[in-house]
Amino acid sequence: MQTKVENNKAWFLVMPVFLIVAFSAIIPLMTVVNYSVQDIFDPYTRYFVGTEWFKQVILDSRLHDALLRQFIYSFTILIIEVPLGICVALMMPTKGRGASLALILVAIPLLIPWNVVGTIWQIFGRADIGLFGAFMSYIGVEYNYASNPIDAWLTVVLMDVWHWTPLVALLCYSGLRAIPEVYYQAARIDQASRWAVFRYIQLPKLTNVLIIGVLLRFMDSFMIYTEPFVLTGGGPGSSTTFLSQSLVQQAIGQFDLGPAAAFSLVYFLIILLVCWVFYTTIMNMQKDK
Amino acid sequence: MAWMSWTLPTALFFIGIAAILVGMTTWQIISPCVERRGFLPLATTRGDRLFIGLLSSAFIHLAFVALTDVNIAVATVLCAVWMIILMRWG
Repeated sequence: MQTKVENNKAWFLVMPVFLIVAFSAIIPLMTVVNYSVQDIFDPYTRYFVGTEWFKQVILDSRLHDALLRQFIYSFTILIIEVPLGICVALMMPTKGRGASLALILVAIPLLIPWNVVGTIWQIFGRADIGLFGAFMSYIGVEYNYASNPIDAWLTVVLMDVWHWTPLVALLCYSGLRAIPEVYYQAARIDQASRWAVFRYIQLPKLTNVLIIGVLLRFMDSFMIYTEPFVLTGGGPGSSTTFLSQSLVQQAIGQFDLGPAAAFSLVYFLIILLVCWVFYTTIMNMQKDK
Repeated sequence: MAWMSWTLPTALFFIGIAAILVGMTTWQIISPCVERRGFLPLATTRGDRLFIGLLSSAFIHLAFVALTDVNIAVATVLCAVWMIILMRWG
Protein backbone atom coordinates (compact mmCIF):
# COMPACT_ATOMS: atom_id res chain seq x y z
CA MET A 1 0.00 0.00 0.00
CA GLN A 2 1.34 3.39 -0.94
CA THR A 3 1.13 6.24 1.50
CA LYS A 4 0.78 9.80 0.22
CA VAL A 5 3.75 11.84 1.40
CA GLU A 6 3.07 15.48 2.15
CA ASN A 7 5.82 17.66 0.71
CA ASN A 8 6.07 21.21 1.95
CA LYS A 9 9.07 22.28 -0.12
CA ALA A 10 6.88 24.43 -2.36
CA TRP A 11 6.50 26.84 0.55
CA PHE A 12 10.07 28.02 -0.18
CA LEU A 13 8.74 29.45 -3.44
CA VAL A 14 6.52 31.74 -1.38
CA MET A 15 9.52 33.14 0.53
CA PRO A 16 10.23 36.09 -1.84
CA VAL A 17 6.61 37.24 -1.55
CA PHE A 18 6.75 36.79 2.20
CA LEU A 19 9.90 38.92 2.42
CA ILE A 20 8.41 41.67 0.25
CA VAL A 21 5.21 41.70 2.32
CA ALA A 22 7.28 41.70 5.51
CA PHE A 23 9.15 44.83 4.46
CA SER A 24 6.22 46.62 2.88
CA ALA A 25 3.45 45.76 5.35
CA ILE A 26 4.38 43.79 8.45
CA ILE A 27 7.34 45.88 9.67
CA PRO A 28 5.51 49.21 9.10
CA LEU A 29 2.48 47.76 10.88
CA MET A 30 4.65 46.73 13.83
CA THR A 31 6.02 50.29 13.95
CA VAL A 32 2.47 51.65 13.96
CA VAL A 33 1.66 49.38 16.93
CA ASN A 34 4.74 50.75 18.72
CA TYR A 35 3.70 54.33 17.99
CA SER A 36 0.14 53.71 19.20
CA VAL A 37 1.21 53.31 22.82
CA GLN A 38 3.56 56.29 22.94
CA ASP A 39 3.50 60.06 22.81
CA ILE A 40 6.05 60.84 20.12
CA PHE A 41 7.63 64.29 20.08
CA ASP A 42 10.62 63.47 17.91
CA PRO A 43 12.59 60.29 17.12
CA TYR A 44 14.45 60.54 20.44
CA THR A 45 11.75 61.94 22.73
CA ARG A 46 8.82 59.66 23.37
CA TYR A 47 6.78 58.62 26.38
CA PHE A 48 4.84 55.44 27.00
CA VAL A 49 1.14 56.23 27.48
CA GLY A 50 -0.40 52.74 27.41
CA THR A 51 -3.91 52.57 25.96
CA GLU A 52 -4.64 56.30 26.31
CA TRP A 53 -4.68 57.00 22.55
CA PHE A 54 -7.01 54.09 21.91
CA LYS A 55 -9.48 55.42 24.47
CA GLN A 56 -9.25 58.90 22.97
CA VAL A 57 -9.74 57.61 19.43
CA ILE A 58 -12.65 55.28 20.19
CA LEU A 59 -14.50 58.00 22.12
CA ASP A 60 -13.81 60.75 19.56
CA SER A 61 -17.14 61.94 18.13
CA ARG A 62 -15.49 63.28 14.95
CA LEU A 63 -14.26 59.81 14.18
CA HIS A 64 -17.68 58.32 14.90
CA ASP A 65 -19.09 60.75 12.35
CA ALA A 66 -16.36 59.88 9.83
CA LEU A 67 -17.02 56.16 10.35
CA LEU A 68 -20.75 56.65 9.85
CA ARG A 69 -20.12 58.69 6.68
CA GLN A 70 -17.76 55.98 5.50
CA PHE A 71 -20.33 53.21 5.89
CA ILE A 72 -23.08 55.32 4.28
CA TYR A 73 -20.76 56.15 1.39
CA SER A 74 -19.62 52.55 0.84
CA PHE A 75 -23.15 51.14 0.94
CA THR A 76 -24.50 53.92 -1.30
CA ILE A 77 -21.97 53.28 -4.03
CA LEU A 78 -22.48 49.51 -3.76
CA ILE A 79 -26.26 49.89 -4.11
CA ILE A 80 -25.74 51.98 -7.25
CA GLU A 81 -22.67 50.39 -8.85
CA VAL A 82 -23.61 46.71 -8.62
CA PRO A 83 -27.02 46.87 -10.39
CA LEU A 84 -25.71 49.48 -12.83
CA GLY A 85 -22.64 47.35 -13.60
CA ILE A 86 -24.88 44.34 -14.31
CA CYS A 87 -27.09 46.45 -16.60
CA VAL A 88 -24.08 47.81 -18.51
CA ALA A 89 -22.66 44.28 -18.90
CA LEU A 90 -26.00 42.98 -20.18
CA MET A 91 -26.21 45.77 -22.74
CA MET A 92 -22.65 45.43 -24.04
CA PRO A 93 -22.35 43.78 -27.46
CA THR A 94 -20.96 40.25 -27.41
CA LYS A 95 -19.50 39.87 -30.90
CA GLY A 96 -17.64 41.78 -33.56
CA ARG A 97 -15.94 45.17 -33.51
CA GLY A 98 -18.71 46.59 -31.35
CA ALA A 99 -17.66 44.29 -28.51
CA SER A 100 -14.01 45.44 -28.64
CA LEU A 101 -15.04 49.08 -28.88
CA ALA A 102 -17.46 48.74 -25.95
CA LEU A 103 -14.77 47.07 -23.83
CA ILE A 104 -12.31 49.89 -24.51
CA LEU A 105 -14.87 52.62 -23.85
CA VAL A 106 -16.05 51.02 -20.62
CA ALA A 107 -12.49 50.46 -19.40
CA ILE A 108 -11.33 54.06 -19.95
CA PRO A 109 -12.37 55.45 -16.52
CA LEU A 110 -10.43 52.63 -14.85
CA LEU A 111 -7.22 53.77 -16.54
CA ILE A 112 -7.37 57.31 -15.16
CA PRO A 113 -5.32 57.96 -12.00
CA TRP A 114 -7.34 58.75 -8.89
CA ASN A 115 -6.09 62.32 -8.42
CA VAL A 116 -6.85 63.07 -12.08
CA VAL A 117 -10.40 61.74 -11.58
CA GLY A 118 -10.79 64.18 -8.68
CA THR A 119 -9.51 67.05 -10.82
CA ILE A 120 -11.76 66.11 -13.76
CA TRP A 121 -14.84 66.17 -11.54
CA GLN A 122 -13.70 69.33 -9.79
CA ILE A 123 -13.76 71.12 -13.14
CA PHE A 124 -16.77 69.19 -14.47
CA GLY A 125 -18.90 70.27 -11.50
CA ARG A 126 -18.06 73.98 -11.63
CA ALA A 127 -20.94 76.15 -12.77
CA ASP A 128 -18.70 78.62 -14.65
CA ILE A 129 -16.48 76.29 -16.69
CA GLY A 130 -17.75 72.76 -16.03
CA LEU A 131 -20.28 70.96 -18.20
CA PHE A 132 -22.17 69.33 -15.32
CA GLY A 133 -22.27 72.48 -13.21
CA ALA A 134 -23.33 74.58 -16.20
CA PHE A 135 -26.04 72.06 -17.10
CA MET A 136 -27.42 72.13 -13.56
CA SER A 137 -27.53 75.95 -13.68
CA TYR A 138 -29.19 75.79 -17.10
CA ILE A 139 -32.04 73.60 -15.82
CA GLY A 140 -32.44 75.90 -12.85
CA VAL A 141 -30.96 73.72 -10.10
CA GLU A 142 -28.85 75.60 -7.62
CA TYR A 143 -25.80 73.38 -7.49
CA ASN A 144 -22.51 74.11 -5.76
CA TYR A 145 -20.45 71.23 -4.42
CA ALA A 146 -18.07 73.58 -2.65
CA SER A 147 -20.71 75.09 -0.36
CA ASN A 148 -23.63 72.66 -0.22
CA PRO A 149 -23.03 69.31 1.59
CA ILE A 150 -25.76 67.50 -0.40
CA ASP A 151 -24.24 68.67 -3.69
CA ALA A 152 -20.80 67.63 -2.45
CA TRP A 153 -22.09 64.16 -1.58
CA LEU A 154 -23.90 63.88 -4.91
CA THR A 155 -20.71 64.79 -6.77
CA VAL A 156 -18.48 62.43 -4.76
CA VAL A 157 -20.92 59.54 -5.26
CA LEU A 158 -21.37 60.32 -8.98
CA MET A 159 -17.59 60.49 -9.38
CA ASP A 160 -17.14 57.08 -7.77
CA VAL A 161 -19.97 55.59 -9.84
CA TRP A 162 -18.38 56.95 -13.01
CA HIS A 163 -14.92 55.74 -12.02
CA TRP A 164 -15.71 52.27 -10.71
CA THR A 165 -18.96 50.99 -12.26
CA PRO A 166 -16.83 49.86 -15.25
CA LEU A 167 -14.99 47.45 -12.95
CA VAL A 168 -18.26 45.78 -11.92
CA ALA A 169 -19.43 45.87 -15.55
CA LEU A 170 -16.26 44.21 -16.85
CA LEU A 171 -16.39 41.54 -14.14
CA CYS A 172 -20.03 40.81 -14.98
CA TYR A 173 -19.26 40.87 -18.71
CA SER A 174 -16.59 38.19 -18.24
CA GLY A 175 -19.02 36.19 -16.09
CA LEU A 176 -21.72 36.44 -18.76
CA ARG A 177 -19.33 35.37 -21.51
CA ALA A 178 -18.47 32.25 -19.51
CA ILE A 179 -22.08 30.97 -19.58
CA PRO A 180 -22.30 28.11 -22.14
CA GLU A 181 -24.66 28.66 -25.07
CA VAL A 182 -26.60 25.47 -24.21
CA TYR A 183 -28.21 27.23 -21.23
CA TYR A 184 -29.69 29.85 -23.55
CA GLN A 185 -30.77 27.16 -26.02
CA ALA A 186 -32.59 25.33 -23.21
CA ALA A 187 -34.24 28.62 -22.18
CA ARG A 188 -35.39 29.24 -25.79
CA ILE A 189 -36.87 25.71 -25.96
CA ASP A 190 -38.76 26.42 -22.73
CA GLN A 191 -39.83 29.80 -24.13
CA ALA A 192 -38.40 31.52 -21.10
CA SER A 193 -38.90 35.28 -20.90
CA ARG A 194 -35.93 37.70 -20.90
CA TRP A 195 -36.45 38.23 -17.17
CA ALA A 196 -36.53 34.45 -16.50
CA VAL A 197 -33.25 34.02 -18.42
CA PHE A 198 -31.67 36.74 -16.30
CA ARG A 199 -33.15 35.52 -13.01
CA TYR A 200 -32.51 31.79 -13.38
CA ILE A 201 -29.48 31.56 -15.70
CA GLN A 202 -27.43 34.75 -15.79
CA LEU A 203 -27.75 35.97 -12.19
CA PRO A 204 -26.86 32.62 -10.54
CA LYS A 205 -23.87 32.27 -12.88
CA LEU A 206 -22.74 35.79 -11.96
CA THR A 207 -22.75 35.12 -8.22
CA ASN A 208 -19.00 34.52 -7.92
CA VAL A 209 -17.91 37.53 -9.96
CA LEU A 210 -20.45 39.70 -8.15
CA ILE A 211 -19.06 38.65 -4.78
CA ILE A 212 -15.56 39.56 -5.97
CA GLY A 213 -16.92 42.87 -7.33
CA VAL A 214 -18.73 43.69 -4.08
CA LEU A 215 -15.67 42.78 -2.03
CA LEU A 216 -13.32 44.87 -4.16
CA ARG A 217 -15.63 47.85 -4.28
CA PHE A 218 -16.42 47.75 -0.58
CA MET A 219 -12.77 47.55 0.43
CA ASP A 220 -11.70 50.19 -2.04
CA SER A 221 -14.48 52.62 -1.15
CA PHE A 222 -13.90 52.03 2.54
CA MET A 223 -10.32 53.22 2.10
CA ILE A 224 -11.09 56.03 -0.35
CA TYR A 225 -8.90 59.09 0.02
CA THR A 226 -7.58 60.74 -3.13
CA GLU A 227 -10.73 61.54 -5.11
CA PRO A 228 -12.74 63.27 -2.33
CA PHE A 229 -9.57 64.97 -1.11
CA VAL A 230 -8.94 66.50 -4.54
CA LEU A 231 -12.62 67.24 -5.24
CA THR A 232 -13.91 68.68 -1.97
CA GLY A 233 -10.99 68.55 0.46
CA GLY A 234 -13.40 66.83 2.86
CA GLY A 235 -15.81 69.76 2.89
CA PRO A 236 -17.94 71.75 3.02
CA GLY A 237 -17.26 71.62 6.75
CA SER A 238 -16.47 67.98 7.26
CA SER A 239 -19.39 66.59 5.27
CA THR A 240 -17.23 64.51 2.92
CA THR A 241 -14.40 63.77 5.34
CA PHE A 242 -14.02 60.01 5.36
CA LEU A 243 -11.91 57.86 7.63
CA SER A 244 -8.68 57.94 5.65
CA GLN A 245 -8.84 61.71 5.35
CA SER A 246 -9.39 62.11 9.09
CA LEU A 247 -6.41 59.85 9.59
CA VAL A 248 -4.18 61.84 7.27
CA GLN A 249 -5.26 65.11 8.92
CA GLN A 250 -4.27 63.68 12.28
CA ALA A 251 -1.04 62.02 11.21
CA ILE A 252 0.38 64.53 8.73
CA GLY A 253 -1.62 67.71 9.34
CA GLN A 254 -1.36 67.76 13.13
CA PHE A 255 1.59 65.32 13.37
CA ASP A 256 -0.16 63.48 16.23
CA LEU A 257 1.60 60.21 15.50
CA GLY A 258 0.42 58.36 18.61
CA PRO A 259 -3.34 58.98 18.22
CA ALA A 260 -3.03 58.53 14.44
CA ALA A 261 -1.35 55.15 14.97
CA ALA A 262 -4.12 54.06 17.35
CA PHE A 263 -6.68 55.27 14.82
CA SER A 264 -4.90 53.30 12.05
CA LEU A 265 -5.07 50.13 14.10
CA VAL A 266 -8.79 50.52 14.85
CA TYR A 267 -9.37 51.26 11.14
CA PHE A 268 -7.29 48.20 10.22
CA LEU A 269 -9.29 45.99 12.60
CA ILE A 270 -12.59 47.16 11.11
CA ILE A 271 -11.34 46.42 7.58
CA LEU A 272 -9.97 43.05 8.71
CA LEU A 273 -13.33 42.16 10.26
CA VAL A 274 -15.30 43.14 7.16
CA CYS A 275 -12.80 41.27 4.91
CA TRP A 276 -13.14 38.18 7.04
CA VAL A 277 -16.95 38.34 6.94
CA PHE A 278 -16.88 38.66 3.14
CA TYR A 279 -14.26 35.93 2.74
CA THR A 280 -16.15 33.51 4.99
CA THR A 281 -19.40 34.24 3.17
CA ILE A 282 -17.74 33.58 -0.22
CA MET A 283 -16.15 30.34 0.94
CA ASN A 284 -19.37 29.07 2.54
CA MET A 285 -21.42 29.94 -0.55
CA GLN A 286 -18.98 27.99 -2.72
CA LYS A 287 -19.10 25.04 -0.33
CA ASP A 288 -22.92 25.03 -0.41
CA LYS A 289 -22.76 24.74 -4.20
CA MET B 1 15.74 49.00 15.65
CA ALA B 2 15.44 52.38 17.42
CA TRP B 3 13.53 53.84 14.45
CA MET B 4 10.73 51.37 15.16
CA SER B 5 10.28 52.93 18.63
CA TRP B 6 10.02 49.63 20.48
CA THR B 7 8.57 49.39 23.97
CA LEU B 8 8.64 46.38 26.28
CA PRO B 9 4.84 45.73 26.13
CA THR B 10 4.74 45.88 22.31
CA ALA B 11 7.85 43.68 22.06
CA LEU B 12 6.21 41.12 24.37
CA PHE B 13 3.03 41.34 22.31
CA PHE B 14 4.84 40.54 19.05
CA ILE B 15 6.94 37.84 20.68
CA GLY B 16 3.64 36.32 21.87
CA ILE B 17 2.13 36.46 18.36
CA ALA B 18 5.29 34.97 16.82
CA ALA B 19 5.33 32.20 19.46
CA ILE B 20 1.67 31.41 18.73
CA LEU B 21 2.39 31.19 14.98
CA VAL B 22 5.44 28.95 15.49
CA GLY B 23 3.49 26.81 17.96
CA MET B 24 0.51 26.45 15.61
CA THR B 25 2.79 25.53 12.68
CA THR B 26 4.56 22.90 14.79
CA TRP B 27 1.22 21.57 16.01
CA GLN B 28 -0.02 21.36 12.41
CA ILE B 29 3.11 19.43 11.32
CA ILE B 30 2.88 17.01 14.27
CA SER B 31 -0.86 16.48 14.04
CA PRO B 32 -2.59 17.94 10.93
CA CYS B 33 -6.06 19.25 11.72
CA VAL B 34 -9.34 18.56 9.98
CA GLU B 35 -12.15 21.02 9.50
CA ARG B 36 -14.91 20.56 12.06
CA ARG B 37 -18.01 22.24 13.39
CA GLY B 38 -18.28 23.31 17.02
CA PHE B 39 -20.43 25.98 18.65
CA LEU B 40 -19.49 28.51 15.92
CA PRO B 41 -22.03 28.64 13.08
CA LEU B 42 -19.44 27.55 10.50
CA ALA B 43 -16.97 24.71 9.94
CA THR B 44 -13.49 25.84 10.99
CA THR B 45 -9.91 24.62 11.01
CA ARG B 46 -7.55 25.22 13.90
CA GLY B 47 -6.07 28.25 12.08
CA ASP B 48 -9.54 29.71 11.46
CA ARG B 49 -10.35 29.46 15.15
CA LEU B 50 -7.05 31.12 16.05
CA PHE B 51 -7.78 33.99 13.65
CA ILE B 52 -11.33 34.41 14.95
CA GLY B 53 -9.98 34.30 18.51
CA LEU B 54 -7.28 36.91 17.86
CA LEU B 55 -9.64 39.24 16.00
CA SER B 56 -12.37 38.98 18.62
CA SER B 57 -9.76 39.45 21.36
CA ALA B 58 -8.66 42.69 19.71
CA PHE B 59 -12.25 43.97 19.77
CA ILE B 60 -12.74 42.80 23.38
CA HIS B 61 -9.64 44.78 24.36
CA LEU B 62 -10.92 47.85 22.49
CA ALA B 63 -14.31 47.55 24.21
CA PHE B 64 -12.61 47.33 27.62
CA VAL B 65 -10.47 50.37 26.87
CA ALA B 66 -13.41 52.42 25.59
CA LEU B 67 -16.17 51.44 27.97
CA THR B 68 -14.51 50.66 31.29
CA ASP B 69 -11.70 51.87 33.52
CA VAL B 70 -10.78 48.32 34.46
CA ASN B 71 -7.13 47.32 34.09
CA ILE B 72 -6.41 46.03 30.58
CA ALA B 73 -4.87 42.89 32.09
CA VAL B 74 -8.40 41.76 33.04
CA ALA B 75 -9.36 41.88 29.35
CA THR B 76 -6.21 39.91 28.48
CA VAL B 77 -7.10 37.17 30.99
CA LEU B 78 -10.69 37.06 29.70
CA CYS B 79 -9.41 36.80 26.14
CA ALA B 80 -7.05 33.97 27.08
CA VAL B 81 -10.02 32.05 28.53
CA TRP B 82 -12.07 32.88 25.42
CA MET B 83 -9.24 31.62 23.17
CA ILE B 84 -9.07 28.31 25.04
CA ILE B 85 -12.85 27.84 24.80
CA LEU B 86 -12.80 28.75 21.09
CA MET B 87 -9.88 26.49 20.23
CA ARG B 88 -11.35 23.55 22.10
CA TRP B 89 -15.10 23.81 21.42
CA GLY B 90 -15.41 26.46 18.66
